[in-house]
Amino acid sequence: MSAGRFYASELRLVLLRRRNLLLLAVTAVFPLIIGIALRLAAPRPEGGDGGSGLAFFNQLAGNGVFLTFIALSTLLVLVLPVVVAVVAGDSVAGEAGYGTLRYLLAVPAGRTRLLAVKYGVIVTFALCATFIVSAVALAAGAALFPVGPVTLLSGTTVSLAAGLLRLLFVTLYVTAAMAALGAIGLAISTLTEHAIGAIATLMILVVTSEVIDNVPQLHAAGPYLPTHWWLSFDSLLRVPVDTSTLLRGLLSFAVYAVLFGSFAWARFTSADVTS
Amino acid sequence: MTAISTSGLTKRFRGGQLAVDHIDLAVPLGSVYGFLGPNGSGKTTTIRMLLGLAYPTSGTASLLGVPMPDGATTVLHRVGSLVEGPAFYPFLAGADNLARYDAADRTADPATARARITEALDRVGLLAAAKKRYRHYSLGMKQRLAIAAGLLRPRELIILDEPTNGLDPQGTREVRALIRQIAADGTTVFVSSHLLAEVEQICTHVGVMRTGKLVFQGSLPELRRTGASRVSVQTADPEAAAKVLTGLGLADAQATEAGDVQAGDAQAGASAILGDASPEQVCAELVQAGIGVRGFAVVSPSLEDLFVGLTGEGFDVSG
Repeated sequence: MSAGRFYASELRLVLLRRRNLLLLAVTAVFPLIIGIALRLAAPRPEGGDGGSGLAFFNQLAGNGVFLTFIALSTLLVLVLPVVVAVVAGDSVAGEAGYGTLRYLLAVPAGRTRLLAVKYGVIVTFALCATFIVSAVALAAGAALFPVGPVTLLSGTTVSLAAGLLRLLFVTLYVTAAMAALGAIGLAISTLTEHAIGAIATLMILVVTSEVIDNVPQLHAAGPYLPTHWWLSFDSLLRVPVDTSTLLRGLLSFAVYAVLFGSFAWARFTSADVTS
Repeated sequence: MTAISTSGLTKRFRGGQLAVDHIDLAVPLGSVYGFLGPNGSGKTTTIRMLLGLAYPTSGTASLLGVPMPDGATTVLHRVGSLVEGPAFYPFLAGADNLARYDAADRTADPATARARITEALDRVGLLAAAKKRYRHYSLGMKQRLAIAAGLLRPRELIILDEPTNGLDPQGTREVRALIRQIAADGTTVFVSSHLLAEVEQICTHVGVMRTGKLVFQGSLPELRRTGASRVSVQTADPEAAAKVLTGLGLADAQATEAGDVQAGDAQAGASAILGDASPEQVCAELVQAGIGVRGFAVVSPSLEDLFVGLTGEGFDVSG
Protein backbone atom coordinates (compact mmCIF):
# COMPACT_ATOMS: atom_id res chain seq x y z
CA MET A 1 0.00 0.00 0.00
CA SER A 2 1.14 3.48 -0.92
CA ALA A 3 4.50 2.35 -2.27
CA GLY A 4 3.58 4.75 -5.04
CA ARG A 5 3.54 7.59 -2.56
CA PHE A 6 7.04 6.80 -1.34
CA TYR A 7 8.24 6.49 -4.94
CA ALA A 8 6.64 9.83 -5.82
CA SER A 9 8.25 11.45 -2.79
CA GLU A 10 11.65 10.03 -3.75
CA LEU A 11 11.25 11.11 -7.36
CA ARG A 12 10.30 14.62 -6.29
CA LEU A 13 13.27 14.75 -3.97
CA VAL A 14 15.65 13.75 -6.79
CA LEU A 15 14.04 15.71 -9.62
CA LEU A 16 13.64 18.92 -7.65
CA ARG A 17 17.23 18.99 -6.37
CA ARG A 18 18.79 21.98 -8.05
CA ARG A 19 21.96 20.00 -8.70
CA ASN A 20 20.08 17.25 -10.55
CA LEU A 21 18.02 19.74 -12.55
CA LEU A 22 21.25 21.39 -13.59
CA LEU A 23 22.63 18.05 -14.72
CA LEU A 24 19.56 17.42 -16.86
CA ALA A 25 19.82 20.92 -18.29
CA VAL A 26 23.46 20.33 -19.21
CA THR A 27 22.47 17.03 -20.78
CA ALA A 28 19.92 18.89 -22.88
CA VAL A 29 22.40 21.52 -24.01
CA PHE A 30 24.96 19.04 -25.37
CA PRO A 31 22.91 17.80 -28.37
CA LEU A 32 22.26 21.43 -29.28
CA ILE A 33 25.95 22.28 -29.22
CA ILE A 34 26.87 19.16 -31.19
CA GLY A 35 24.16 19.90 -33.76
CA ILE A 36 25.20 23.50 -34.25
CA ALA A 37 28.88 22.59 -34.43
CA LEU A 38 28.24 19.93 -37.04
CA ARG A 39 26.01 22.28 -39.04
CA LEU A 40 28.76 24.89 -39.11
CA ALA A 41 31.50 22.43 -40.07
CA ALA A 42 29.78 20.43 -42.79
CA PRO A 43 30.74 16.77 -42.41
CA ARG A 44 33.28 15.49 -44.89
CA PRO A 45 32.45 11.97 -45.99
CA GLU A 46 35.69 10.00 -45.95
CA GLY A 47 34.58 6.44 -46.26
CA GLY A 48 36.94 3.69 -45.17
CA ASP A 49 36.66 2.00 -41.84
CA GLY A 50 35.48 4.27 -39.14
CA GLY A 51 33.76 3.63 -35.84
CA SER A 52 30.02 3.67 -35.69
CA GLY A 53 30.31 7.28 -34.54
CA LEU A 54 31.93 8.20 -37.85
CA ALA A 55 29.25 6.31 -39.74
CA PHE A 56 26.62 8.41 -38.01
CA PHE A 57 28.46 11.57 -38.93
CA ASN A 58 28.42 10.59 -42.59
CA GLN A 59 24.68 10.09 -42.46
CA LEU A 60 23.92 13.32 -40.66
CA ALA A 61 24.26 15.65 -43.62
CA GLY A 62 21.51 13.68 -45.30
CA ASN A 63 19.19 13.31 -42.34
CA GLY A 64 18.76 15.27 -39.09
CA VAL A 65 17.49 12.17 -37.28
CA PHE A 66 21.08 10.97 -37.09
CA LEU A 67 21.91 13.79 -34.73
CA THR A 68 20.15 11.71 -32.05
CA PHE A 69 22.52 8.76 -32.56
CA ILE A 70 25.53 11.06 -32.65
CA ALA A 71 24.41 12.77 -29.46
CA LEU A 72 23.69 9.50 -27.66
CA SER A 73 27.01 7.91 -28.63
CA THR A 74 28.94 11.05 -27.71
CA LEU A 75 27.23 11.57 -24.37
CA LEU A 76 27.49 7.88 -23.49
CA VAL A 77 31.24 8.24 -23.09
CA LEU A 78 31.06 10.52 -20.08
CA VAL A 79 28.07 12.81 -19.68
CA LEU A 80 25.27 10.28 -19.28
CA PRO A 81 27.35 8.08 -16.94
CA VAL A 82 28.10 11.13 -14.79
CA VAL A 83 24.42 12.05 -14.62
CA VAL A 84 23.49 8.53 -13.55
CA ALA A 85 26.47 8.25 -11.20
CA VAL A 86 25.49 11.41 -9.32
CA VAL A 87 21.99 10.17 -8.59
CA ALA A 88 22.93 6.53 -7.99
CA GLY A 89 25.98 7.29 -5.87
CA ASP A 90 23.98 9.75 -3.80
CA SER A 91 20.99 7.44 -3.36
CA VAL A 92 21.84 5.67 -0.11
CA ALA A 93 25.12 7.38 0.81
CA GLY A 94 23.45 10.79 0.65
CA GLU A 95 20.73 9.72 3.09
CA ALA A 96 23.39 8.25 5.37
CA GLY A 97 25.35 11.49 5.17
CA TYR A 98 22.35 13.60 6.15
CA GLY A 99 21.43 11.09 8.85
CA THR A 100 17.98 10.79 7.30
CA LEU A 101 18.60 7.11 6.59
CA ARG A 102 18.12 6.15 10.24
CA TYR A 103 14.87 8.09 10.39
CA LEU A 104 13.56 6.59 7.16
CA LEU A 105 14.27 3.13 8.56
CA ALA A 106 12.67 4.03 11.89
CA VAL A 107 9.53 5.28 10.10
CA PRO A 108 9.69 2.33 9.06
CA ALA A 109 10.32 2.51 5.33
CA GLY A 110 11.56 -1.10 5.27
CA ARG A 111 15.08 -1.77 4.07
CA THR A 112 14.16 -3.76 0.96
CA ARG A 113 11.38 -1.36 0.07
CA LEU A 114 13.65 1.65 0.49
CA LEU A 115 16.26 0.09 -1.77
CA ALA A 116 13.65 -0.82 -4.40
CA VAL A 117 12.26 2.72 -4.40
CA LYS A 118 15.78 4.15 -4.64
CA TYR A 119 16.59 1.95 -7.63
CA GLY A 120 13.26 2.70 -9.28
CA VAL A 121 14.03 6.40 -9.11
CA ILE A 122 17.59 5.92 -10.41
CA VAL A 123 16.18 4.11 -13.47
CA THR A 124 13.51 6.78 -13.91
CA PHE A 125 16.15 9.48 -13.78
CA ALA A 126 18.32 7.62 -16.32
CA LEU A 127 15.24 7.31 -18.54
CA CYS A 128 14.63 11.06 -18.26
CA ALA A 129 18.25 11.83 -19.15
CA THR A 130 18.41 9.58 -22.22
CA PHE A 131 15.03 10.70 -23.53
CA ILE A 132 15.99 14.33 -23.04
CA VAL A 133 19.09 13.72 -25.16
CA SER A 134 17.06 12.00 -27.89
CA ALA A 135 14.26 14.57 -27.85
CA VAL A 136 16.53 17.60 -27.91
CA ALA A 137 18.77 16.03 -30.55
CA LEU A 138 15.77 15.16 -32.68
CA ALA A 139 14.40 18.69 -32.45
CA ALA A 140 17.80 20.23 -33.15
CA GLY A 141 18.42 17.77 -35.99
CA ALA A 142 15.10 18.63 -37.59
CA ALA A 143 15.81 22.33 -37.29
CA LEU A 144 19.35 22.20 -38.62
CA PHE A 145 19.29 19.42 -41.22
CA PRO A 146 16.88 17.95 -43.73
CA VAL A 147 14.57 15.26 -42.39
CA GLY A 148 13.08 12.42 -44.36
CA PRO A 149 13.15 8.67 -44.87
CA VAL A 150 16.06 7.26 -42.90
CA THR A 151 18.94 5.54 -44.67
CA LEU A 152 20.28 3.02 -42.17
CA LEU A 153 23.92 2.05 -41.70
CA SER A 154 23.38 -1.06 -43.82
CA GLY A 155 22.31 1.15 -46.70
CA THR A 156 18.64 0.29 -46.56
CA THR A 157 16.22 3.16 -46.46
CA VAL A 158 13.21 3.01 -44.17
CA SER A 159 10.34 5.43 -43.71
CA LEU A 160 10.73 8.29 -41.23
CA ALA A 161 8.19 6.65 -38.93
CA ALA A 162 10.13 3.38 -38.96
CA GLY A 163 13.32 5.37 -38.35
CA LEU A 164 11.79 7.08 -35.33
CA LEU A 165 10.61 3.74 -33.97
CA ARG A 166 14.21 2.54 -34.18
CA LEU A 167 15.26 5.72 -32.37
CA LEU A 168 12.83 4.83 -29.59
CA PHE A 169 14.41 1.39 -29.26
CA VAL A 170 17.90 2.86 -29.31
CA THR A 171 16.95 5.26 -26.51
CA LEU A 172 15.49 2.40 -24.49
CA TYR A 173 18.65 0.34 -25.07
CA VAL A 174 20.79 3.21 -23.79
CA THR A 175 18.45 3.53 -20.80
CA ALA A 176 18.99 -0.16 -20.08
CA ALA A 177 22.74 0.40 -20.17
CA MET A 178 22.39 3.29 -17.74
CA ALA A 179 20.04 1.30 -15.51
CA ALA A 180 22.73 -1.38 -15.17
CA LEU A 181 25.26 1.32 -14.29
CA GLY A 182 22.74 2.64 -11.77
CA ALA A 183 22.65 -0.75 -10.04
CA ILE A 184 26.42 -0.68 -9.67
CA GLY A 185 26.14 2.85 -8.28
CA LEU A 186 23.44 1.79 -5.84
CA ALA A 187 25.64 -1.04 -4.56
CA ILE A 188 28.61 1.30 -4.06
CA SER A 189 26.30 3.78 -2.38
CA THR A 190 25.38 1.29 0.35
CA LEU A 191 29.03 1.03 1.35
CA THR A 192 29.64 4.58 2.46
CA GLU A 193 28.05 7.66 3.93
CA HIS A 194 29.99 9.96 1.62
CA ALA A 195 27.94 10.47 -1.53
CA ILE A 196 30.81 12.15 -3.33
CA GLY A 197 33.02 9.14 -2.70
CA ALA A 198 30.43 6.78 -4.15
CA ILE A 199 29.97 9.00 -7.22
CA ALA A 200 33.71 9.26 -7.80
CA THR A 201 34.22 5.52 -7.36
CA LEU A 202 31.55 4.77 -9.94
CA MET A 203 33.07 7.21 -12.43
CA ILE A 204 36.53 5.75 -11.95
CA LEU A 205 35.00 2.35 -12.63
CA VAL A 206 33.40 3.61 -15.86
CA VAL A 207 36.58 5.23 -17.13
CA THR A 208 38.71 2.22 -16.19
CA SER A 209 36.30 -0.07 -18.01
CA GLU A 210 36.37 2.15 -21.09
CA VAL A 211 40.16 2.27 -21.07
CA ILE A 212 40.53 -1.49 -20.71
CA ASP A 213 37.99 -1.94 -23.48
CA ASN A 214 40.25 0.08 -25.78
CA VAL A 215 43.47 -1.80 -25.05
CA PRO A 216 43.89 -4.37 -27.85
CA GLN A 217 45.96 -6.69 -25.62
CA LEU A 218 43.04 -6.93 -23.20
CA HIS A 219 40.62 -7.73 -25.97
CA ALA A 220 39.48 -10.95 -24.31
CA ALA A 221 38.15 -9.09 -21.28
CA GLY A 222 36.08 -6.76 -23.43
CA PRO A 223 32.69 -8.49 -23.50
CA TYR A 224 32.65 -8.76 -19.72
CA LEU A 225 33.21 -5.07 -19.07
CA PRO A 226 30.23 -3.03 -17.90
CA THR A 227 30.71 -0.41 -20.62
CA HIS A 228 31.52 -2.75 -23.54
CA TRP A 229 28.02 -3.04 -24.98
CA TRP A 230 26.87 0.52 -24.47
CA LEU A 231 27.47 1.63 -28.07
CA SER A 232 26.11 -1.56 -29.59
CA PHE A 233 22.83 0.19 -30.21
CA ASP A 234 24.04 0.69 -33.77
CA SER A 235 22.90 -2.91 -34.29
CA LEU A 236 19.39 -1.50 -34.32
CA LEU A 237 20.27 0.67 -37.29
CA ARG A 238 20.85 -2.18 -39.69
CA VAL A 239 18.65 -4.40 -41.78
CA PRO A 240 18.36 -7.04 -40.63
CA VAL A 241 18.81 -5.96 -37.01
CA ASP A 242 21.87 -7.57 -35.46
CA THR A 243 19.87 -9.20 -32.68
CA SER A 244 22.65 -11.41 -31.35
CA THR A 245 24.84 -8.41 -30.46
CA LEU A 246 21.83 -6.60 -29.08
CA LEU A 247 20.79 -9.51 -26.91
CA ARG A 248 24.31 -10.04 -25.64
CA GLY A 249 24.35 -6.37 -24.67
CA LEU A 250 21.02 -6.59 -22.89
CA LEU A 251 22.14 -9.81 -21.19
CA SER A 252 25.28 -8.07 -19.97
CA PHE A 253 23.17 -5.20 -18.56
CA ALA A 254 20.79 -7.63 -16.88
CA VAL A 255 23.63 -9.62 -15.32
CA TYR A 256 25.26 -6.47 -13.98
CA ALA A 257 21.96 -5.15 -12.66
CA VAL A 258 21.06 -8.41 -10.92
CA LEU A 259 24.55 -8.98 -9.57
CA PHE A 260 25.01 -5.54 -8.11
CA GLY A 261 21.35 -5.20 -7.15
CA SER A 262 21.70 -8.39 -5.10
CA PHE A 263 24.92 -7.17 -3.57
CA ALA A 264 23.27 -3.88 -2.61
CA TRP A 265 20.35 -5.76 -1.08
CA ALA A 266 22.52 -8.22 0.84
CA ARG A 267 24.67 -5.44 2.17
CA PHE A 268 21.87 -3.00 2.99
CA THR A 269 19.61 -5.48 4.74
CA SER A 270 22.38 -6.89 6.93
CA ALA A 271 24.56 -3.92 7.86
CA ASP A 272 24.12 -1.76 10.94
CA VAL A 273 23.10 1.79 10.17
CA THR A 274 25.64 3.81 12.10
CA SER A 275 25.21 7.19 10.47
CA MET B 1 3.08 -6.79 27.99
CA THR B 2 5.87 -4.26 28.35
CA ALA B 3 6.55 -1.32 26.09
CA ILE B 4 10.18 -2.34 25.74
CA SER B 5 11.83 -5.48 26.94
CA THR B 6 15.25 -6.89 26.22
CA SER B 7 16.93 -10.03 27.38
CA GLY B 8 20.69 -10.37 27.42
CA LEU B 9 20.88 -7.71 24.72
CA THR B 10 24.51 -7.41 23.67
CA LYS B 11 26.40 -5.46 21.04
CA ARG B 12 30.04 -6.02 20.32
CA PHE B 13 31.49 -3.71 17.71
CA ARG B 14 33.66 -5.05 14.96
CA GLY B 15 36.70 -3.67 16.75
CA GLY B 16 35.88 -5.98 19.65
CA GLN B 17 34.59 -3.29 21.98
CA LEU B 18 31.63 -4.40 24.07
CA ALA B 19 29.24 -1.44 23.71
CA VAL B 20 26.20 -3.07 25.30
CA ASP B 21 26.71 -5.95 27.69
CA HIS B 22 23.80 -8.28 28.41
CA ILE B 23 21.19 -5.78 29.41
CA ASP B 24 17.66 -6.73 30.47
CA LEU B 25 15.41 -3.73 30.05
CA ALA B 26 11.81 -3.79 31.22
CA VAL B 27 9.91 -0.61 30.42
CA PRO B 28 6.34 -0.76 31.73
CA LEU B 29 3.52 0.49 29.50
CA GLY B 30 2.50 4.01 30.40
CA SER B 31 5.75 4.81 32.18
CA VAL B 32 8.13 7.65 31.55
CA TYR B 33 11.41 5.79 31.60
CA GLY B 34 14.63 7.70 32.01
CA PHE B 35 17.51 5.85 30.36
CA LEU B 36 20.52 7.34 32.07
CA GLY B 37 24.23 7.05 31.77
CA PRO B 38 27.31 9.04 30.83
CA ASN B 39 28.16 9.63 27.18
CA GLY B 40 29.63 6.47 25.74
CA SER B 41 27.89 4.13 28.17
CA GLY B 42 25.93 2.37 25.41
CA LYS B 43 22.61 4.21 25.48
CA THR B 44 22.48 5.16 21.83
CA THR B 45 23.70 1.75 20.68
CA THR B 46 20.91 0.18 22.73
CA ILE B 47 18.35 2.52 21.15
CA ARG B 48 19.69 1.71 17.68
CA MET B 49 19.17 -1.97 18.39
CA LEU B 50 15.67 -1.35 19.76
CA LEU B 51 14.75 0.41 16.52
CA GLY B 52 16.28 -2.25 14.28
CA LEU B 53 18.99 0.09 12.97
CA ALA B 54 21.75 -2.05 14.43
CA TYR B 55 21.64 -5.78 14.88
CA PRO B 56 22.44 -7.28 18.29
CA THR B 57 25.44 -9.56 18.64
CA SER B 58 23.36 -11.68 20.97
CA GLY B 59 20.20 -11.40 23.06
CA THR B 60 16.72 -10.32 22.12
CA ALA B 61 14.65 -7.17 22.17
CA SER B 62 10.99 -6.45 21.67
CA LEU B 63 8.92 -3.32 21.25
CA LEU B 64 5.26 -3.44 22.31
CA GLY B 65 5.56 -7.20 22.43
CA VAL B 66 6.89 -7.51 18.87
CA PRO B 67 10.38 -8.96 18.49
CA MET B 68 12.97 -6.67 16.91
CA PRO B 69 14.57 -6.32 14.44
CA ASP B 70 12.40 -8.89 12.60
CA GLY B 71 9.19 -7.06 13.44
CA ALA B 72 10.51 -3.64 12.40
CA THR B 73 8.05 -3.08 9.58
CA THR B 74 5.07 -4.23 11.63
CA VAL B 75 5.65 -2.33 14.86
CA LEU B 76 7.78 0.76 14.21
CA HIS B 77 4.87 2.83 12.89
CA ARG B 78 3.45 2.63 16.42
CA VAL B 79 6.73 4.00 17.77
CA GLY B 80 7.97 7.55 17.40
CA SER B 81 11.68 8.15 17.75
CA LEU B 82 14.47 10.64 17.94
CA VAL B 83 17.87 9.00 17.56
CA GLU B 84 21.18 10.75 18.05
CA GLY B 85 19.99 14.21 17.20
CA PRO B 86 17.67 15.47 14.49
CA ALA B 87 18.37 14.70 10.81
CA PHE B 88 16.49 16.21 7.91
CA TYR B 89 17.05 17.38 4.33
CA PRO B 90 18.60 20.84 4.63
CA PHE B 91 17.17 21.99 1.30
CA LEU B 92 13.57 21.16 2.25
CA ALA B 93 11.24 23.24 4.39
CA GLY B 94 10.17 21.91 7.80
CA ALA B 95 6.73 20.79 6.63
CA ASP B 96 8.17 19.18 3.47
CA ASN B 97 10.64 17.27 5.60
CA LEU B 98 7.81 15.84 7.67
CA ALA B 99 5.90 15.02 4.47
CA ARG B 100 8.93 13.11 3.25
CA TYR B 101 9.04 10.87 6.33
CA ASP B 102 5.29 10.45 6.25
CA ALA B 103 5.43 9.37 2.60
CA ALA B 104 7.89 6.64 3.53
CA ASP B 105 5.36 5.18 5.98
CA ARG B 106 3.30 2.62 4.11
CA THR B 107 0.63 2.57 6.81
CA ALA B 108 0.12 6.35 6.96
CA ASP B 109 -3.00 7.71 5.32
CA PRO B 110 -2.00 10.16 2.58
CA ALA B 111 -5.39 11.86 2.76
CA THR B 112 -4.74 13.07 6.29
CA ALA B 113 -1.02 13.80 5.82
CA ARG B 114 -1.38 17.55 5.56
CA ALA B 115 -3.59 17.81 8.63
CA ARG B 116 -1.32 15.53 10.65
CA ILE B 117 1.79 17.49 9.67
CA THR B 118 0.14 20.76 10.63
CA GLU B 119 -0.94 19.32 13.95
CA ALA B 120 2.52 17.93 14.72
CA LEU B 121 4.16 21.25 13.87
CA ASP B 122 1.62 23.04 16.00
CA ARG B 123 2.30 20.77 18.96
CA VAL B 124 5.98 21.65 18.97
CA GLY B 125 5.35 25.31 18.21
CA LEU B 126 6.87 25.32 14.73
CA LEU B 127 3.81 26.17 12.69
CA ALA B 128 5.17 29.62 11.91
CA ALA B 129 8.39 28.07 10.54
CA ALA B 130 6.65 25.35 8.50
CA LYS B 131 7.72 26.83 5.16
CA LYS B 132 11.21 27.78 6.27
CA ARG B 133 14.07 25.65 4.99
CA TYR B 134 15.53 23.28 7.58
CA ARG B 135 18.96 24.75 6.80
CA HIS B 136 17.87 27.99 8.44
CA TYR B 137 16.45 26.40 11.60
CA SER B 138 18.10 27.04 14.96
CA LEU B 139 19.31 24.08 17.00
CA GLY B 140 16.24 24.20 19.21
CA MET B 141 13.93 24.30 16.19
CA LYS B 142 15.71 21.30 14.66
CA GLN B 143 15.26 19.36 17.86
CA ARG B 144 11.57 20.26 17.99
CA LEU B 145 11.07 19.31 14.35
CA ALA B 146 12.54 15.91 15.16
CA ILE B 147 10.04 15.51 17.98
CA ALA B 148 7.29 16.61 15.59
CA ALA B 149 8.33 13.80 13.24
CA GLY B 150 7.80 11.43 16.14
CA LEU B 151 4.32 12.83 16.65
CA LEU B 152 3.11 12.54 13.03
CA ARG B 153 0.83 9.73 14.07
CA PRO B 154 -0.67 8.63 17.36
CA ARG B 155 2.07 6.55 18.95
CA GLU B 156 2.03 4.01 21.74
CA LEU B 157 5.68 4.51 22.49
CA ILE B 158 8.07 7.40 21.95
CA ILE B 159 11.82 6.86 22.12
CA LEU B 160 13.79 10.04 22.60
CA ASP B 161 17.56 9.90 22.56
CA GLU B 162 19.00 12.93 24.36
CA PRO B 163 16.14 15.22 23.32
CA THR B 164 17.58 18.17 25.22
CA ASN B 165 21.10 17.88 23.87
CA GLY B 166 22.45 21.28 22.94
CA LEU B 167 19.35 23.14 24.07
CA ASP B 168 19.41 26.21 26.28
CA PRO B 169 17.59 26.04 29.64
CA GLN B 170 14.46 27.51 28.08
CA GLY B 171 14.50 24.90 25.30
CA THR B 172 15.14 22.14 27.82
CA ARG B 173 12.10 23.25 29.80
CA GLU B 174 9.96 23.27 26.66
CA VAL B 175 11.02 19.75 25.73
CA ARG B 176 10.30 18.60 29.26
CA ALA B 177 6.82 20.11 29.10
CA LEU B 178 6.28 18.39 25.77
CA ILE B 179 7.31 15.02 27.18
CA ARG B 180 4.90 15.51 30.10
CA GLN B 181 2.15 16.28 27.63
CA ILE B 182 2.92 13.20 25.52
CA ALA B 183 2.96 11.02 28.62
CA ALA B 184 -0.33 12.52 29.78
CA ASP B 185 -1.91 11.15 26.59
CA GLY B 186 -1.01 7.66 27.75
CA THR B 187 2.02 7.23 25.49
CA THR B 188 4.97 5.41 27.02
CA VAL B 189 8.04 7.60 26.87
CA PHE B 190 11.58 6.22 26.84
CA VAL B 191 13.98 9.11 27.17
CA SER B 192 17.75 8.87 27.36
CA SER B 193 19.95 11.46 28.97
CA HIS B 194 23.37 11.81 30.49
CA LEU B 195 21.96 14.27 33.00
CA LEU B 196 19.74 12.95 35.75
CA ALA B 197 18.57 16.46 36.60
CA GLU B 198 17.01 16.85 33.15
CA VAL B 199 14.67 13.90 33.46
CA GLU B 200 14.36 13.43 37.21
CA GLN B 201 11.22 15.57 37.42
CA ILE B 202 9.35 13.75 34.67
CA CYS B 203 10.39 10.11 35.05
CA THR B 204 8.48 7.38 36.80
CA HIS B 205 11.20 4.80 36.17
CA VAL B 206 14.91 4.90 35.48
CA GLY B 207 17.53 2.59 34.08
CA VAL B 208 21.15 3.49 34.65
CA MET B 209 23.88 2.43 32.24
CA ARG B 210 27.57 2.26 32.97
CA THR B 211 30.09 1.05 30.39
CA GLY B 212 27.52 -1.03 28.57
CA LYS B 213 25.91 -2.56 31.64
CA LEU B 214 22.53 -1.77 33.16
CA VAL B 215 23.59 -1.10 36.74
CA PHE B 216 20.16 -0.12 38.06
CA GLN B 217 16.58 -0.37 36.90
CA GLY B 218 13.43 0.49 38.80
CA SER B 219 11.13 3.26 39.93
CA LEU B 220 12.52 6.49 41.38
CA PRO B 221 11.50 5.57 44.96
CA GLU B 222 13.33 2.28 44.46
CA LEU B 223 16.42 4.17 43.38
CA ARG B 224 16.14 6.38 46.46
CA ARG B 225 15.93 3.35 48.71
CA THR B 226 19.26 2.08 47.43
CA GLY B 227 20.91 5.07 49.03
CA ALA B 228 21.88 4.57 52.68
CA SER B 229 21.33 7.48 55.08
CA ARG B 230 24.37 8.42 57.09
CA VAL B 231 24.74 9.96 60.53
CA SER B 232 27.22 12.75 60.62
CA VAL B 233 28.73 14.16 63.82
CA GLN B 234 30.71 17.36 64.16
CA THR B 235 33.25 17.09 66.88
CA ALA B 236 36.78 18.07 67.80
CA ASP B 237 37.64 14.42 68.31
CA PRO B 238 36.82 12.61 65.04
CA GLU B 239 38.82 9.46 65.73
CA ALA B 240 37.13 8.78 69.05
CA ALA B 241 33.72 9.53 67.56
CA ALA B 242 34.34 7.12 64.67
CA LYS B 243 35.36 4.45 67.18
CA VAL B 244 32.10 4.94 69.08
CA LEU B 245 30.09 4.69 65.85
CA THR B 246 31.86 1.46 64.94
CA GLY B 247 31.27 0.22 68.46
CA LEU B 248 27.53 0.81 67.95
CA GLY B 249 27.68 -1.56 64.99
CA LEU B 250 27.35 1.13 62.31
CA ALA B 251 29.00 0.33 58.99
CA ASP B 252 31.56 2.40 57.12
CA ALA B 253 32.51 4.72 59.98
CA GLN B 254 34.87 7.43 58.80
CA ALA B 255 36.70 10.18 60.61
CA THR B 256 37.15 13.52 58.90
CA GLU B 257 39.93 15.85 60.08
CA ALA B 258 39.42 19.59 60.07
CA GLY B 259 40.47 21.13 56.79
CA ASP B 260 40.00 17.87 54.94
CA VAL B 261 38.10 19.39 52.08
CA GLN B 262 36.90 16.12 50.66
CA ALA B 263 33.13 16.17 50.29
CA GLY B 264 33.27 19.88 50.74
CA ASP B 265 33.09 20.17 54.53
CA ALA B 266 35.97 21.57 56.44
CA GLN B 267 34.44 20.63 59.73
CA ALA B 268 36.12 17.91 61.73
CA GLY B 269 33.84 15.01 62.51
CA ALA B 270 32.83 11.46 61.83
CA SER B 271 30.14 9.74 59.85
CA ALA B 272 28.73 6.27 59.31
CA ILE B 273 25.84 4.50 57.63
CA LEU B 274 22.83 4.75 59.92
CA GLY B 275 21.25 1.47 58.97
CA ASP B 276 18.56 0.35 61.43
CA ALA B 277 19.95 2.28 64.39
CA SER B 278 17.94 5.16 65.78
CA PRO B 279 19.67 8.52 65.46
CA GLU B 280 18.53 9.54 68.98
CA GLN B 281 20.28 6.56 70.50
CA VAL B 282 23.44 7.15 68.47
CA CYS B 283 23.58 10.73 69.64
CA ALA B 284 23.04 9.70 73.28
CA GLU B 285 25.76 7.05 73.06
CA LEU B 286 28.21 9.58 71.65
CA VAL B 287 27.54 12.02 74.45
CA GLN B 288 27.75 9.19 77.00
CA ALA B 289 31.16 8.23 75.59
CA GLY B 290 32.34 11.72 76.34
CA ILE B 291 32.49 12.99 72.77
CA GLY B 292 31.91 16.70 72.53
CA VAL B 293 29.12 16.85 69.97
CA ARG B 294 28.99 20.18 68.17
CA GLY B 295 26.52 19.12 65.52
CA PHE B 296 24.58 16.04 64.62
CA ALA B 297 22.68 15.24 61.42
CA VAL B 298 21.13 12.42 59.42
CA VAL B 299 21.93 12.88 55.73
CA SER B 300 20.07 11.15 52.88
CA PRO B 301 21.94 11.08 49.57
CA SER B 302 20.39 13.07 46.75
CA LEU B 303 19.37 11.26 43.57
CA GLU B 304 22.30 12.98 41.93
CA ASP B 305 24.68 11.43 44.48
CA LEU B 306 23.16 8.01 43.86
CA PHE B 307 23.40 8.50 40.12
CA VAL B 308 27.03 9.53 40.30
CA GLY B 309 27.65 6.61 42.65
CA LEU B 310 26.27 4.28 40.00
CA THR B 311 27.91 5.78 36.95
CA GLY B 312 31.18 7.08 38.34
CA GLU B 313 32.39 10.66 38.42
CA GLY B 314 32.10 12.96 35.44
CA PHE B 315 35.03 12.23 33.18
CA ASP B 316 35.64 8.75 34.46
CA VAL B 317 34.35 7.07 31.32
CA SER B 318 35.82 3.61 31.32
CA GLY B 319 36.21 1.70 28.10
